[in-house]
Amino acid sequence: MADGSTPPGGPKSGPLLSVRNIARYFDVSKPWLARVIEGQPRLLLKAVDGVSFDIPRGQTLSLVGESGCGKSTVARLVVGLYRPTRGQVEFEGVNVTALRRRSELAPIRRRFQMIFQDPYASLNPRWRVRDIIAEPIRAHGLMKDSGALNRRVDELLRLVRLAPADGEKYPHEFSGGQRQRISIARALSSNPEFLVCDEPTSALDVSVQAQILNLMKDLQRELGLTYLFISHNLAVVFHISDRVGVMYLGRIVELAESKALFAAPQHPYTRMLLDAIPDLEMSGRGRTPVAGEVPNPLNPPTGCAFHPRCPWANERCRREEPVAKPAPNGALAACHAVEERRIPEKTG
Amino acid sequence: MADATEMSARSAGGTAPAALQRAFDSDIFYSFRNSPITMLAAVVTLLGFVGAIFAPWLATQNPFDLRTLNLMDASLPPAWVEGGEAKYLFGTDNQGRDVFSTILYGSRISLLVGVGSVLLALVLGVGLGLLSGYAGGSIDAFIMRVADVQLSFPAILIALLIDGITRAILPREAHDAAAVYVLILSIGASGWVQYARTVRGSTMVEKNKEYVQAARVIGRHPFAIMLRHVLPNVMGPVLVIATIHLAVAIITEATLSFLGVGVPPTQPSLGTLIRIGNNFLFSGEWWITVFPGAALVIMVLAVNLLGDWLRDALNPKLR
Repeated sequence: MADGSTPPGGPKSGPLLSVRNIARYFDVSKPWLARVIEGQPRLLLKAVDGVSFDIPRGQTLSLVGESGCGKSTVARLVVGLYRPTRGQVEFEGVNVTALRRRSELAPIRRRFQMIFQDPYASLNPRWRVRDIIAEPIRAHGLMKDSGALNRRVDELLRLVRLAPADGEKYPHEFSGGQRQRISIARALSSNPEFLVCDEPTSALDVSVQAQILNLMKDLQRELGLTYLFISHNLAVVFHISDRVGVMYLGRIVELAESKALFAAPQHPYTRMLLDAIPDLEMSGRGRTPVAGEVPNPLNPPTGCAFHPRCPWANERCRREEPVAKPAPNGALAACHAVEERRIPEKTG
Repeated sequence: MADATEMSARSAGGTAPAALQRAFDSDIFYSFRNSPITMLAAVVTLLGFVGAIFAPWLATQNPFDLRTLNLMDASLPPAWVEGGEAKYLFGTDNQGRDVFSTILYGSRISLLVGVGSVLLALVLGVGLGLLSGYAGGSIDAFIMRVADVQLSFPAILIALLIDGITRAILPREAHDAAAVYVLILSIGASGWVQYARTVRGSTMVEKNKEYVQAARVIGRHPFAIMLRHVLPNVMGPVLVIATIHLAVAIITEATLSFLGVGVPPTQPSLGTLIRIGNNFLFSGEWWITVFPGAALVIMVLAVNLLGDWLRDALNPKLR
């Protein structure tokens, strides 16, 4: 749909979505009075601190990382559920962050949608499925005729492999996987070009995860969708992404083509994550055991945030914050050790 | 909730009869048919409201028209007790008024004030609670401080205050005519805090759920999200509060009438009848107070049972 209507080249040849140095700090200080009495300073949680990436049309970028690394916050910043502390989100070159008025935002809002993590919380329990799916269409006033609207909802239900008769039911009558399909149908109903998927499969069991992922891939191919995919599951990410960003404590530490990242991870954190994937073949390859825990984001380490857990950390890592630089395999890695080629190549 | 039904009716693409047919086949009606207690409660409530609304046609006499009263018939016992007369089913009071007729006329005032003040408190409280919980921040702080101040005054004090003000502003006849509305305003204005607090609490839970965030991503107006998404999910506890509040409102009205700031004595309410009848209890004329009291208790019980059923029926997860 999006492919057919969009002429190639011209101003639309740039990335569909472009995130520039975005950051979001949360004020987690105590109430003003308590703070003054106890003489404590303001406490800022830097959930996301300077993240940049581009997503070309029709591609999938995944963000992976441990819990609390800020990947869901990035998703919410992109769709406008949070206002960024600094930085900006550009959609087809338009700075969405600068748009404040609802009337200006509406045409862009129609073109991106979000799929949420918890299929049990993301559908209003008191609405019929038909009304849930039709909501974006009604909200944007895309179809005035109720017959056409009903046909569109039927079509969407079939698109996500549900029956049109399911539209009359309530969300609690469906399983988790079916509910997630309803979420997808709702997200697709306003014909968006860009979907933000915040861990869409993490609440589902493994066989259903595969169904949903395959459905999402099929839909991407059929409708020319662009995805920002958030996950902590590396297998899922490998399955679906074109490119992958690895996040650690609110920053992207490595950003690479999916194949390159899984074949030759650069950043020590990425290596650690990949080594943690269970391996049925028992190849006995050299593993770096996952050591330590994510530091407290309220009090992040100096220099490189990963240095307390990094086997190759040296004095420079403790002192100086690394910036993203091109690594040998075409990836961007924010690591002094990669830059200095201090990390030995893996054997076996 | 009206929105939800309207929506599902629209989605069926049906006309009015089709929508009616759907309502008849709906799960709510099914659960109604399967609960004998609920059906009984509904019948009693319906009888109460019908009796109140059609009192002038149902009552055997107009107890407030002095020409129809006969002092010779004063203080007669109920019809089935020795000395009772068939035309005075529940007996008569010390002025010869038929107790059955006074109950019908009295429940008119009681229900009008009760329903009116509950509706006022509900609209005010739910609206402010939604706004408070959804907006948060300084709007929330302001509304909740007002609620705290409101709560520190007893309902009767607020009612006395409002009544005093209207008494000072309006001339006597106008005040008597407006007495019922003053009562509704007083009781309603003092009851909204409970609704507001309950709704605010549930709203704060609901607004963080992903379906509300999904609606925000879609770009719906905050007021549309409050009314269409949050409101149907916070109405359950409100219905329960409303039924209990109906009883409280009727009792508050009776108290105010007793204190002389309620309805004028020419139109006594159910509560006033109980109060008046109390004076005769020790002289053995029990029927003057017991029958209005029983009418009040049965009515309140039936409304409460209906509210309980409605709470369960409207929650799709319990179906």
